Amino acid sequence: MTISPDQIAGLRRKAAELRLNIVTMMGSNKTHHFGGSLSAADIVTALYFYKMRYDPHNPGWPERARFLMSKGHSVPAQYAALAMLGVFPLEELATLKQLGSRLQGHPAMHLTPGLEGCTGALGEGLSYANGMALAARIRDLSYNVYCLLGDGELQEGQVWEAAMTAARHCLGNLVAIVDRNGLKAMDETKCGKLLDPLDERWTSFGWAAREIDGHDMAAICNALDWAGEQTQQPAVIIANTVKGKGVSFLEGRPQFHNASLNEEQFACALGEVKATLAMTEGG
Amino acid sequence: MPKLTETRYAYGEALLELGSQRPEVVVLDADLYKSTRTVLFRDAFPERFIDVGISEADMVSTAAGMAATGLIPFCNSFAMFITSICYLPIRTQIAYPGLPVKLVGSSAGLTQGPDGASHQSLEDIALMRSLPNMAVVSPADEVETRQATFAIADWPGPVYMRLGRYPVPRLFAEGYRFEMGKAATLRDGGDVAIFATGHMVSKALDAAELLAQDRIEARVVNVSTIKPLDEAAVQKAAGEVGLLASVEEHSVIGGLGSAVAECVSGIANTPPLLRLGVRDEFGESGLADELLEKHRLTGQLIAADIRRALK
Repeated sequence: MTISPDQIAGLRRKAAELRLNIVTMMGSNKTHHFGGSLSAADIVTALYFYKMRYDPHNPGWPERARFLMSKGHSVPAQYAALAMLGVFPLEELATLKQLGSRLQGHPAMHLTPGLEGCTGALGEGLSYANGMALAARIRDLSYNVYCLLGDGELQEGQVWEAAMTAARHCLGNLVAIVDRNGLKAMDETKCGKLLDPLDERWTSFGWAAREIDGHDMAAICNALDWAGEQTQQPAVIIANTVKGKGVSFLEGRPQFHNASLNEEQFACALGEVKATLAMTEGG
Repeated sequence: MPKLTETRYAYGEALLELGSQRPEVVVLDADLYKSTRTVLFRDAFPERFIDVGISEADMVSTAAGMAATGLIPFCNSFAMFITSICYLPIRTQIAYPGLPVKLVGSSAGLTQGPDGASHQSLEDIALMRSLPNMAVVSPADEVETRQATFAIADWPGPVYMRLGRYPVPRLFAEGYRFEMGKAATLRDGGDVAIFATGHMVSKALDAAELLAQDRIEARVVNVSTIKPLDEAAVQKAAGEVGLLASVEEHSVIGGLGSAVAECVSGIANTPPLLRLGVRDEFGESGLADELLEKHRLTGQLIAADIRRALK
């Protein structure tokens, strides 16, 4: 399937809108996971607005595609997408992490419509995604499962247990995406553990792997289409991203993994994401 | 000598029957299916059986994903591993959203025997009991295990069920009905109330028999659901006897004894509570009966400790 330039332009606009929603809901003087939410924004946009079989009016539809945010701290990107689709009101985004809100700091499936699981402790999501993918087979359903992992998260051993389980069961309906922004909470991902060569690690575990620029919308969409064609084995897309993408002074800086912006920084950030949105609307 | 059966065998057979009645029941194991007795289900329903290999946390998270789609997964391993290695995914992915995953821990307690402390779970009840939404079930014999297997499948939330590989006598008639959250009084008495769970129920009945020879009338209450606890049964006993005792093949920290203590604390004129179990120690290799003897969990030693406490 070829994707038209118009479709790509529309998706880039959606991604700009998603980033604006992320920055707006986080606001100033409050600690939030800016970096990872922004690095995942293009991937989440492509999933919800291009690839996934999803009916926002029926988020419980048994045949819907499932998206699990395994790197749970980046769930604001998913909240933004769900609100933009109308699964819950856009205004609710402003309640993020407030007492009594349905929008918890990490995903709570029993509170927030549209979430498929609870995550937050890193490393557990891929196993859970396997469970949803296996259930499709057992229940004779045809949905796909998408699981977004952080590259730092890959340092948790359970991810590789899950990778072996998925390969053993030839889960062709499972797609893992690695948001490889190269940074963890404190340091570069390469600190602590050696992950490279990452694509070879996955292929040696029995997965089909492809590496892309995780901010190139056409490349993301093409990779998702490619992953859909891998019906005999699980597929992983290694998306090279920039932590904090879209706000220049957040980009590539681990100190904004979980941080607060002062009034001035927030105004600056808001200005940048608005300018990007205006540009995509103009183009 | 009555016929003795290990609860895990009754579970394996009940699970097989449950599988034929309920197509949404799936079974996961982590390379222990002959020990856990899920082998019967495996052979009958291979398309609904997943052996994930030696990766208990992966098993539990996988089961959570399956439960989220409407299946009822039964996860199986030794009690030691399924509650400790998996504590984090059980907490985040199962207990927090309340998904109906059934965790079945086999070979629980000291009576695991020769493998020693690494395999003897003495903290599993404490770990699972501390989680919101989690029910904890510990059946006493084969009849109750069979009933409980069906009952936990119907229970809307997550459950931890504790089973053993220690031969115990049949305590219940076929017509017995296990009910979640209900403690059954197996013997009545007004001097002491013994709350027991799992393998220790038959030991508590032995103790009551010995106490009766000394004209001490012991009530024996089978607490097969440790959470939600049958608070009415505990409080009723507290108002009617001179001594409360709890007996469990588990640490005295966090298990049945703690649950009983929590239940009666704050109630005026509550009788003293004697908590019998493993006293903040690790286990060790040995025969099951040797270990029970060492930790004073035989009928005779339970009776002796109760006699002393009543003096």
